[in-house]
Amino acid sequence: MMILTIAQREIRSLFYSPLAWAILGVTQLILAYLFLAQLQEYIHLQPQLKMMATAPGITDVVILPVYSSAAFIMMMVVPMITMRLVSDERRNKTLALLFSAPISMTEIIVGKFLGVVAFILIMVLMMTLMPLSLLTAASLDFGLLTAVIIGLVLMISAFISVGLYMSTLTVQPTVAAVSTFGILLLLWILDWAGNKVVDENASGALTYLSMLRHFEPFGKGIFSTSDLLYYLLFITTFLVLSIRRLDADRLQG
Amino acid sequence: MNNNLLITVEHLSRHYGPIQAVKAVDFELRRGEVLGFLGPNGAGKSTTMQMITGNLAPSAGRISICGIDLLDNPKAAKAEIGYLPEQPPVYRDFTVDEYLNFCARINRLSKDKIAAAVDNAKQRCGLTEVGRRLIGNLSKGFQQRVGIAQAIIHSPAIVVLDEPTVGLDPIQIREIRSLIRELASEHGVILSTHILPEVQMTCDRVQIINKGKLVYSDDISNLDQRMRATTLLVELRNPPAINELQTLPGVTQCDALGDNRFRVHHSLEQNPAEQIAEQAVKQAWGLLALSPERKSLEQVFVEITSSEQAHSHPEEHAA
Repeated sequence: MMILTIAQREIRSLFYSPLAWAILGVTQLILAYLFLAQLQEYIHLQPQLKMMATAPGITDVVILPVYSSAAFIMMMVVPMITMRLVSDERRNKTLALLFSAPISMTEIIVGKFLGVVAFILIMVLMMTLMPLSLLTAASLDFGLLTAVIIGLVLMISAFISVGLYMSTLTVQPTVAAVSTFGILLLLWILDWAGNKVVDENASGALTYLSMLRHFEPFGKGIFSTSDLLYYLLFITTFLVLSIRRLDADRLQG
Repeated sequence: MNNNLLITVEHLSRHYGPIQAVKAVDFELRRGEVLGFLGPNGAGKSTTMQMITGNLAPSAGRISICGIDLLDNPKAAKAEIGYLPEQPPVYRDFTVDEYLNFCARINRLSKDKIAAAVDNAKQRCGLTEVGRRLIGNLSKGFQQRVGIAQAIIHSPAIVVLDEPTVGLDPIQIREIRSLIRELASEHGVILSTHILPEVQMTCDRVQIINKGKLVYSDDISNLDQRMRATTLLVELRNPPAINELQTLPGVTQCDALGDNRFRVHHSLEQNPAEQIAEQAVKQAWGLLALSPERKSLEQVFVEITSSEQAHSHPEEHAA
């Protein structure tokens, strides 16, 4: 109940600033361009695809690349949405309002997290309207589409948890944004290094930590619990860190 | 547990690293009482208030709100507290209505009571006409009122206000003071300030805090006693020799301030004002002005803190 109240305030606050609208607009524009480019490609390839025995469908050729690009774009967009979550409240001294109300730190953090996740869901929904428009002329692989949407939402939620934690560490929203982006990019490219490390065990650990590695199976339509657990653990870790950091405000002042 | 006892604070202490901001403070607040926290900047007023409202964890000590321990059961205790920090915690991109609605909800008011609570708070704080305006566009005075409305929206037993009249114009200050008096009829109020008249006008009891220690705690009438003047300012057109003033009954000392003005110190028991006036007429001194000088907060404060130091034990100084 309290969590929803906090989440609702967060969404409201996002939409009261032009930032949310700008982000929604710009991302949609870029993804629409990618979508159309991919569609063009598909139409171009169609004669060759017809010759193949097990030709990839329109979902593989058009939709999956768009969702992969979306994941990459989100890595840059999420820090901008999450940067103000706590740092702005700290700077405007509005945290006192939440601290002196009968709500726990956990409710504050989880509420803020879910608020941004809800905003992201709106983005993903808008994005999904594009592949759905293809239904007028083609049939889609809904299983694959669902898997990739779940994967995308999980990955973005993980981004958000990092952003939220970074925002609890600082008073400056820009600092929070830059450090969130840094961490996300590092986690994204972690498996590049992993591929080059000779030692089997070490490379395994690095690749395992890479976010991208756990997103890829969703794009093949594989919904595995180990990937799901990876994201859930990732999110929980950063939420717990955020709660502890916010509590430290009270303890250390 | 006494039902009228709203706050009991025992041995409350707080360190910021090596700095001890609050040292073993004890006090109580009863229902229907306005308690004024007085002290210079950096004395530990805000720190104490932040601890009472659960914004800061105490390093040592116990806080009990309406019989509920704040540290053991923070949610239940916080439900009984409304807090206005030094800077009103308002969301600038919300309208007054939206903001107060949110405040009512996070204070766990049930859905059917929210609208009435918001209306009531707006009315008490004079916000009825600005309900639909953005808080960021309101003047400082109105933002302060929104801050107070937020603190009283859930009718808490205790309202804690940290310097509520800072930055307001004189008319708004008067309005807020009368609002505080009004609040005291139902709630217990703690108010911090460094403005003495404010304490005299609004509070029932005063606590002076200095360097983290509670140095004085008494009813407001007793503070008035302490502030009673023991000096007179006299201006004469044809002044006599200074020792002539000094020999008047009750006068302990007389200083010449130049321009025919004198400061006459007298004992608490005997005020020589009448004598001076009488003699001035008799001997044609040409009395131009005769007025008692009230002590300023600083003087009272220095007096209280220095007497406190004289009484305290030497080992405490070493600490």
